[in-house]
Amino acid sequence: MPGKVLDVKVAVGAAVKAGDLVLMLEAMKMENEIFATSSGTVKEVRVRSGDAVNTGDVMIVIG
Amino acid sequence: MEMYLKSLGDLAATSGFSQLFLINVKLFGVPLPGYFVMILVSFVLLYLAIAKGFEPLLLVPIAFGALMSNVPLSGLNDPGGFFHYIYMLCQAEIYPLIIFLGIGALTDFGPLLANPITFLLGAAAQFGVFVSFMGANLWGFSLKEAASIGIIGGADGPTSIYLTMKLGQEQILPAIAVAAYSYMSLVPLIQPPFIKMFTTKADRAIKMAQLRPVSKKERILFPIICTLVAGMVLPACTPLIGLLMFGNLLRECGCTDRLSETAQNALLNITTIFLGLSVGSTMGAERFLAEGTVKIIILGLIAFIFSTVGGVLFGQLMKIVSHGKINPMIGSAGVSAVPMAARVVQRVSQAENPGSYLLMHAMGPNVAGVIGTAVAAGVLLTLLTMN
Repeated sequence: MPGKVLDVKVAVGAAVKAGDLVLMLEAMKMENEIFATSSGTVKEVRVRSGDAVNTGDVMIVIG
Repeated sequence: MEMYLKSLGDLAATSGFSQLFLINVKLFGVPLPGYFVMILVSFVLLYLAIAKGFEPLLLVPIAFGALMSNVPLSGLNDPGGFFHYIYMLCQAEIYPLIIFLGIGALTDFGPLLANPITFLLGAAAQFGVFVSFMGANLWGFSLKEAASIGIIGGADGPTSIYLTMKLGQEQILPAIAVAAYSYMSLVPLIQPPFIKMFTTKADRAIKMAQLRPVSKKERILFPIICTLVAGMVLPACTPLIGLLMFGNLLRECGCTDRLSETAQNALLNITTIFLGLSVGSTMGAERFLAEGTVKIIILGLIAFIFSTVGGVLFGQLMKIVSHGKINPMIGSAGVSAVPMAARVVQRVSQAENPGSYLLMHAMGPNVAGVIGTAVAAGVLLTLLTMN
């Protein structure tokens, strides 16, 4: 879903569980909550708030 | 002394106060001071728009237009008055068409092109238009009035205004416009209960696969082909569809960014101001404080509900045909309230399944709904103006 990153809720090194809120994305003037798809540790955060993203872009790597 | 008193008396007679409480209208047999009641109605609309956020961009101009035109003896609506002239362009159906140009420049038809089958959902959600067209006719409205009322079910303000004017039903214009825009802003409240009534929890949790990317070529060809096909099949919808698609071509062709920018911002906003004031200026007591208005507001709601249900039921059919790959809820976004109806789908789906992102999938039927409502208007127009 194309949109703009509003807020990144996790930092590198944080432990997350599947279903945790990791990021807020604005699309169609609506705030969308993006949840972690799997449990693990955040290895990389590739976006900052304000960035425009497109379908297929990797935003956060969880390992 | 006598002369002074007489002058004061004359002055008082020309002031608005002398007419403010004049009993000039009857509603359900109750005599009412028309000007005064309509000023109160404009206060209610201003309150809804400003304090409650009901489509403020339209309701504020409509309400203020109503407030001004109900100042007794202002002469705004008489030949020579400001409203008299700006209303001429409304009468000539210019404003709704320019608004469609702006909407075309604002709309991304990508989600519809990526999944063209959702076009059918945009058509199915016009169900309410025809249900309430028949309902209104049975309830005593003429066929032309009934058509203008039914189109409220498409949740498209400009199309409703366009059809009403085209069919020459000016007497119900204010009620139609107020009902259409109020229901559009109530989409998030009206739709969810009906979506839930016709879907199971498991249906609502269905996740849909990512949409494919749409090429620039497709985006450029779409408005051209759509105008030709819709126009050839149903010539009466050429003005609405044509301007919508022209606006979209300005957006997508990549070499008219300045025009697209103007169409979707300055031009759209200017036209909205004039359209709103024009509609407001028609809100005279004798037109608005009528039993018909109450009926129109009820029928508009029925139209809206049936459109939502029609979309969801067709969505159920598509779920079965696609072996469960299509979430039936996206059908409810077939009403053309863009992007509110799509947002409703996203919200309801995420409540069931936090990992589900249906926003873009719902935008397909949503933008198809804009085309669908314009086509429905074209159908009604053709049927009712045939000799």
